[in-house]
Amino acid sequence: MTDKNNEIISKAKSWQQKNKNNTAKLGFWSTAWVLSMALTNFGPRFIWDLNISLTVIAVLLNLALGLKMVLANIAHIKALDEMQQRIQLNAMGITLGLSLVVGLTYSNLDVLDLITFHADIAHLVIFMGLTHIIAIFIGNRKYQ
Amino acid sequence: MKNKLKVLRAERDWTQAQLAEALEVSRQTVNAIEKGKFDPSLPLAFKAARLFKLSIEEIFQDEG
Repeated sequence: MTDKNNEIISKAKSWQQKNKNNTAKLGFWSTAWVLSMALTNFGPRFIWDLNISLTVIAVLLNLALGLKMVLANIAHIKALDEMQQRIQLNAMGITLGLSLVVGLTYSNLDVLDLITFHADIAHLVIFMGLTHIIAIFIGNRKYQ
Repeated sequence: MKNKLKVLRAERDWTQAQLAEALEVSRQTVNAIEKGKFDPSLPLAFKAARLFKLSIEEIFQDEG
C-alpha cells in the first residue's frame, strides 16, 4: 500500500473510533435515562415518601436525560455510513407506521371493551422496541 | 449496478476491512457494495475512484 493510502486508512481509523465513542455515549445516556425512569416511578413511594419537590426534580431529571439520549442518538445516526443510515431510516419508518396503526387499534380494543385488561402505554413502548430491533435485523440481513 | 470493487481490492491485496477503513464505511457496507446489494452514493463512488486512482465509470457500471 502507498503512503497516501496508509495516510487515508489512519485518518479513517479515527472515523471508526468516533463511531465507537458515539455508540458508547448513546449507551451511557440510554442507561441513565432508563435508571432515571425507574427512579421517577419508584422513588416517590419507596425512597422519599411522596415528597412533591423531589418528585418534580426526578421528573425534570428524567426529561433532561431523555433529551440528552435523543441528542446522542442523532449524533450516533449522523456518524453512521450511508448504508447503515438507510437501515436505520427504514427501521424507524416501519416502527413509526406500525406503532401508530397497532397502537390505535390496541386503544380501540380497550375503548370498545374487546379486551379484558387496560391498554397500557408501556405495552406500546415494548412493541416499538421489538419492532425496531426486528426491522434493524431484517435490514442488516437484506444487505448481507 | 455492477462494480469492480472486489477485483480492484484483490489486486491491491486489501481486505474488506482495510477498504472499509479507507472509505470510512463499515465492512458490511463494502461487502454489500461488492455483492451489488447496495449502490453507493455519488460522494462515496468519487471517494472510491480517488482511492483507486480511476474514474467512477471504470469502477461502477450501469446495468440498465
